[in-house]
Amino acid sequence: MSANGPVLDVRDLRVWYGSTRGAVRAVDGVSIQIRAGEVLGLVGESGCGKSTLGRGVMGLLPDGSAVDGQVLFQDTDLLKVSDRQLRRMRGPDIALIFQEPMTRLNPLMRIEDHFSETITAHEPKLSKAEVRRRSLEALGGMGIPPTRFRNYPHEFSGGMRQRIMIALALVLRPKLVIADEPTTALDVLVEAQILSILADLKRNFDTALLLITHNLGIVAEACDRVAVMYAGRIAEEGDARTVFSQPAHPYTRELLRSVISLNTTGLHYIPGAPPSLIDPPAACKFHPRCPDAMRVCAQLAPVEQRLSAGQRVECWLHGPGDRIPEGGREPLEQERIAVAEEA
Amino acid sequence: MAKPTTSLRTYALTRLALVLPMLWILLTLVFFMMRVAPGDPVTAALGGRLPEKELQERRHAAGYDKPLIVQYVDYLGDVARLNFGTTITDDRPVTDVIIENGSATLELTFWAMVVALSVGIGLGLVAGRLRDSGADVSIRMFGIVVYAMPAFFLGFLAQLLFGERLGWLPTSGRASPEVQFLLPTHTHLYLIDAIIYGDWATFKDVVLHLILPAATLGLIIAGVLIRLVRVNVLQTMKGDYIEAARARGIDEKSVVYRHAFKNALVPVVTVLGLQVALLMSGAVLTETTFNWPGIGFELVRYLNNRDYIAVQGIITFFALIVIFVSVLIDFVNAWIDPRVRY
Repeated sequence: MSANGPVLDVRDLRVWYGSTRGAVRAVDGVSIQIRAGEVLGLVGESGCGKSTLGRGVMGLLPDGSAVDGQVLFQDTDLLKVSDRQLRRMRGPDIALIFQEPMTRLNPLMRIEDHFSETITAHEPKLSKAEVRRRSLEALGGMGIPPTRFRNYPHEFSGGMRQRIMIALALVLRPKLVIADEPTTALDVLVEAQILSILADLKRNFDTALLLITHNLGIVAEACDRVAVMYAGRIAEEGDARTVFSQPAHPYTRELLRSVISLNTTGLHYIPGAPPSLIDPPAACKFHPRCPDAMRVCAQLAPVEQRLSAGQRVECWLHGPGDRIPEGGREPLEQERIAVAEEA
Repeated sequence: MAKPTTSLRTYALTRLALVLPMLWILLTLVFFMMRVAPGDPVTAALGGRLPEKELQERRHAAGYDKPLIVQYVDYLGDVARLNFGTTITDDRPVTDVIIENGSATLELTFWAMVVALSVGIGLGLVAGRLRDSGADVSIRMFGIVVYAMPAFFLGFLAQLLFGERLGWLPTSGRASPEVQFLLPTHTHLYLIDAIIYGDWATFKDVVLHLILPAATLGLIIAGVLIRLVRVNVLQTMKGDYIEAARARGIDEKSVVYRHAFKNALVPVVTVLGLQVALLMSGAVLTETTFNWPGIGFELVRYLNNRDYIAVQGIITFFALIVIFVSVLIDFVNAWIDPRVRY
């Protein structure tokens, strides 16, 4: 691996879930890259495939799902390695932090046992004293005192449990951390605390971080780059500041308009809901909800474009012009989404 | 939030203190249910067989001419002194019945429980782990069949196959007559007595007699356990902490054994406590089928003879067993699951 090469290079990843009504295309051709010490924010509405992407990278998809594409972690394709090798990489190479900390610790195991199990699973030769020292160091870094080491999970609050989960993920010094909505279940003060912990991580250990969230405020604060996901595809990706100041995709723009701030006088929202991933709309999947939809948007899938500002975007508004058929730029006559349907 | 784990001792003391009201309610229920039947116990058991004067004397001796409330207080006092009365029909202290026949039942139910736990939990874990495989389907079928079958029917089938057809195992009693005659009884548990006696042939005879009744009773309870354990394993395997453990790179074997199985067995312990009632009623049927001189066998006999004192004594004893087991189960639960102690 070259020194500046990405830690994680996902190429054209596709994930399907089997369901009784047909295959669900949860992730439909996603490519992203993360470098060491970089924080990539992955945003989008609920049900657009964010979490599936995170799990797909870890190889933690449920039974009955299928994967295609490439997930290169330091030039190793995680989709090709054996289960055994993948298991060895989970923890020391890639760690996952979950959304709801309350149920992620085994209620019958002491915190100590969670740590010793995790550490010895990857470094079986470590002495007990060393295991203990490293565990306490990781916990201490999260502000959990050593006196609580032998407590059970039910004796901690949600915020503390999430910090324990993070300590548990970081005790093996992973090169890539995937945080799947790590603060969604927590209150704002704890949220700020967790975010600063994650920022320290990047600063101190040069860890790459994939931060999955639907909170755009967090992205603005914590992320270097941002990828906006819609219906299983990346709609727009680029430098966080650029994307936020000059959103190129109508979906990003509408998403940003929906953020609530102190100046908000009326709530903005995007009419409709993310489409069914079993039978998504043809061509551009956003066109039924898009205020700027053109005729071409309902006919052809958009092509990825690199903009001068640096971001890549999949939207016909940004061309390429020579691929748009005659009259394709005419506004699309849309049936207005019925109010009843929105409710 | 930051309270230290409540000690097991505090929990145990609290739990034990709760036994007294529970005991009182159960004893009261037993006493008044026995009194709901018309007439007095002496008339019921011996009426028509003895002259009225003698019946009168017996009633007086047993205190049945006293007011109900006095009888009730006497009963509670007797139970507190572990005196369960004397049977009317054969003049045996109920305590003797409990010791002699109860030990036979204890021996039977203990080994039945061993069978139930090993078969039930073992097969349940396999079925849960290998969901929808051929093994799972056959284990589930097996579980339903043994559970649906009444104890006496399963017992008859076993007697026919292993006793009549194959001639491998004895089908009746705790031991062969000559063994029963010669075996000195110290504990009334024949298996232990045989070991103390130190004779291999005796021991073998006792073991052979135990196999069919214990397996019959055990399999019926195993049927419930199989399904319960299987469902719990499936539920636990879907759990959030299982996924989290996998995400930390814990190998699948540890995930299954350390995280899934142990957690799946917590609810099983509770249900096991409730199964004791099933075990008791199952013991009555099994003992009758296999001519096993246990307490259930005696209970049926005394019921037929309308000996209320014997029945009341035995039922009281059953009630005490149920209380004892429920306390025991709570302790086991607290020991396994730290959340219970909280």
